Amino acid sequence: MRRVRVFLVDDHLLFLSGVQAELGREFEVVGAASDVVDAIEGIRTTRPDVTLLDVHMPEGGGAAVLEAVVATHPDIRFLALSVSDAPEDVIEVIRAGARGYVTKTIAPDELAEAVRRVHEGDAVFSPRLAGFVLDAFATDPRVGADPELDLLTSREREVLRLIARGYAYREVARRLHLSVKTVESHVSAVLRKLQLSNRHELTRWATDRRLV
Amino acid sequence: MQQTRSAAARSTPSHRSARDRLLTGTAGGLAERLRVDPTVIRLGFVLLTLAGGLGLLVYGLCFVISSEPEPDTSSPEPPRHVRSIAVGAIVVGSLLVLRDFGVWFGDLIVVPAAVAVLGSSVLGVRPDAAGRHWARRLGSAVGVVRAVVGFGLVAVGMIWLVSAAGPFAISFGSIVLAAAVAAALFLGVGPFVVRALRQAADERRERIRSEERAAVAAHLHDSVLQTLALIQRSDSSPEIARLARRQERELRSWLYGRRIGLSHGRLGEALEAMADRVEELHAVSVDVVAVGDCAMDDRLLAMVEACGEAMLNAARHSGDTSVSVFVEVGADRVDAFVRDRGRGFSPDDVGDDRHGIAHSIRARIERTGGTTAISSSPGAGTEVHVSIPRGSG
Repeated sequence: MRRVRVFLVDDHLLFLSGVQAELGREFEVVGAASDVVDAIEGIRTTRPDVTLLDVHMPEGGGAAVLEAVVATHPDIRFLALSVSDAPEDVIEVIRAGARGYVTKTIAPDELAEAVRRVHEGDAVFSPRLAGFVLDAFATDPRVGADPELDLLTSREREVLRLIARGYAYREVARRLHLSVKTVESHVSAVLRKLQLSNRHELTRWATDRRLV
Repeated sequence: MQQTRSAAARSTPSHRSARDRLLTGTAGGLAERLRVDPTVIRLGFVLLTLAGGLGLLVYGLCFVISSEPEPDTSSPEPPRHVRSIAVGAIVVGSLLVLRDFGVWFGDLIVVPAAVAVLGSSVLGVRPDAAGRHWARRLGSAVGVVRAVVGFGLVAVGMIWLVSAAGPFAISFGSIVLAAAVAAALFLGVGPFVVRALRQAADERRERIRSEERAAVAAHLHDSVLQTLALIQRSDSSPEIARLARRQERELRSWLYGRRIGLSHGRLGEALEAMADRVEELHAVSVDVVAVGDCAMDDRLLAMVEACGEAMLNAARHSGDTSVSVFVEVGADRVDAFVRDRGRGFSPDDVGDDRHGIAHSIRARIERTGGTTAISSSPGAGTEVHVSIPRGSG
């Protein structure tokens, strides 16, 4: 079986080399970059399966890389990685197209699993991201909102709540008597809503909670 | 330690106030020391000056014997109205003594001035705790009554003063009239203007401070926090990882201006503070995810403490190194979950210590009218769910 090809983007070199060593055991690390321009060029040349993307970087940060690469290579998948807990950062990279968000303190084996999951096309929701989404979608949207995009179904809320409580996908599945695949599809649906909903609360909410 | 220090502070001469100053901070310092509203002190000085010049003398004396303000004084105790009335009585007594000794500009000046000063103090003195309690019960009527009575007294005093100046020549009378109008404006509106100016200055200072903090935060984000994150996930010893995590938390709470404390502030902050304590005691990481937030009250404090017990329980017995805490603030309930993925237990063979902790969680929550559910099975971890009603009471 071909190993998953991974590209790393992080302006913190110490962190970059640490992650490179960890992920190198299981994945093929095809390249790494430490600024926005290098990252865009490197990703376009090496065409990795998954890019691990630091949210905070000079000159536009992870979102700038995402927007540039997604425009030309929509098939490359991104997992955002950050020390930041600030919701506006997280929401920005997700809306720019990242398939998930994890904090940099994540354990090495969990990071590897997140990369696999993103590669398979699923969304990766850390408990914190699930909490942000529940919070952002807590209020009723304005009149005339699109219920398809601006509201979470009660099932989706249930799944997010369990993730926020620290349950892994398979634990969520067992608890709700669903298959893991169904849980994954619920999470992917939430990700899609997060990316496509234009409910104005989302931006305002993130600004209100500027720093958590 | 605290006791001896405050006793020492009392025995030294009064400090002038660094925070609360119109001229030199003398009146403000005196007010902080006596725990009365500074307006009362200031108006006392004004009145004693008008009566026979004594106020000026006393002010000068206080200024000379008081020392420079300490740069960072702890917040003063709140003013108390009983003490303010006592200061007022001292001023009135001094006036009577002065009058007896003939150090006196004349009844026709001092009595109207005293009325006007009384009016000004009605307008300017902020309510103390008891006063706020009554203001809440009586609503906005209190403010209206205060304004009417205060301005009324100031106006009566000034008109009296001007009419008393009647016997003087007309040209001199018009000068007195102009001075009286100016004085009326100063006494009536002065306290409001001073308060508004001070508030604006405070807000400006706070804004500058938070802008500075944001700039520092942006910088530290790209350096120190990254390193701390790396240390936590590398193969370093658990003790080093724990220290790094603790540093990270402290740095974050400083950067984002989070207050550390349980009983005040917001629920999210209180839970973070509780998580800090548990992390400090045990080699675990506690992640708090909050959906919605609200101000702390007694019931929420009980809930935070119950969650703290659950976190400690997980840290001591589960064998897991990470604990997840999730809290959701709903319209009429607050739900909190504390979960570990450790060894768990079966409800049948609960050790006595376990039982005790479970009991202390339940007892706390029951007092708030809430419910507790503990689910656990061997090998599958433990989850404590507490739910309490929201609202007044």
